[in-house]
Amino acid sequence: MYAQLVKTAGTGVKTREEMSDEERNFQDRVDRDEKIEPKDWMPDDYRATLIRQIGQHAHSEIVGQLPEGNWITRAPTLERKAILLAKVQDEAGHGLYLYCAAETLGVSRDELTEELLSGRMKYSSIFNYPTLNWADIGAVGWLVDGAAIMNQVPLQRTSYGPYSRAMIRICKEESFHQRQGYDIMMKMAEGSEAQRRMAQDALNRFWYPSLMMFGPSDKDSVHSAQSLAWKIKIDTNDELRQRFVDQTVPQAKYLGLTIPDENLKWNEERGAHDFSEPDWAEFFNVIKGKGPCNVERMEARVNAWEDGAWVRDGLLAHGRKKSAARTAAE
Amino acid sequence: MSKEWPLWEVFIRGQHGLSHRHVGSLHAPDAEMAIKNARDVYTRRNEGVSLWVVEAQHIAASSPEEKGPLYEPSNSKVYRHPTFFDIPDEVGHM
Repeated sequence: MYAQLVKTAGTGVKTREEMSDEERNFQDRVDRDEKIEPKDWMPDDYRATLIRQIGQHAHSEIVGQLPEGNWITRAPTLERKAILLAKVQDEAGHGLYLYCAAETLGVSRDELTEELLSGRMKYSSIFNYPTLNWADIGAVGWLVDGAAIMNQVPLQRTSYGPYSRAMIRICKEESFHQRQGYDIMMKMAEGSEAQRRMAQDALNRFWYPSLMMFGPSDKDSVHSAQSLAWKIKIDTNDELRQRFVDQTVPQAKYLGLTIPDENLKWNEERGAHDFSEPDWAEFFNVIKGKGPCNVERMEARVNAWEDGAWVRDGLLAHGRKKSAARTAAE
Repeated sequence: MSKEWPLWEVFIRGQHGLSHRHVGSLHAPDAEMAIKNARDVYTRRNEGVSLWVVEAQHIAASSPEEKGPLYEPSNSKVYRHPTFFDIPDEVGHM
């Protein structure tokens, strides 16, 4: 999940009696699965929460390019390099779809960028972990994109039209990402003993951070209930995490790799796997900026923004000059 | 004056001779760059054979409040649909 710990604005779910006429109409439309479009009336808290959620999602796509970009120049073959390049380019595209969706809610692109660079808005905790070797690129595609898909597929049905349409485009492209990751893992797992060890080591390091992507357990949260009622969250964090574990276990088994959790076992009664929770203290630490790569990631984004300023300004000046010349000629 | 590049709406004609269809938007300093960026952002997988871009500020749109007065009058004019008329089977295909 690329949006974690998104604070829902407002005071929780209102009863129908507490709602104004406008709020009641709005909730009825959401309940009927009608899409809410940019110019439609919407509660301020719905708008504010969506800006946070879509913004965080967009930032995650953009920052998510960094750990993988790290391996473009070091991919083992030209084909792997071309594939990784295409994947990283997709992530940029996903970020752009999402920024545009957020902008329809009345926030500007520059505002969103500044929120990220100042650290006021977050991106997914997963991208604060390093990619140390080629097997990590496999693990990221397989597990990280796998977890993202788990979250994004239900969000295609979200109530906000532009967000839903962005999700539909993203989901169409995302499945290539997970498969290319699994393909790398298959190659490594079938390779030499050293390659197999690298694959196992990548799984060991990415397993718990991937489980953290869904965010902490939200069964007791009032805020989560409001986001569910607005259909900007479709499933709870725990439901998605469970689904991810159940889906990944047979995939790991096929690779002959061991998921680093001795409590992991099939629970016949629940029809699902029991598994260990990730270390939530570590998660909150990473969110607070103390993960292994937080500083490096933010530096890379700030530098890209500052170093690119003269290009943005130059192109804008050129565009304005051309358009003024055209107007003068008319 | 804002230093943000203007917003452009992007329309793509798909492979099968259909009309251009709105696919999303992007920021670009001018029309030429908007087309180039649209190529990269919206046609990475053979989505189309032709692109239109138009600066978002030039698009006029109907407002949601006008939905009733604008579109309801057509609801009562069911005779605009061919299925309104019963044609006897003996007449054949029409």
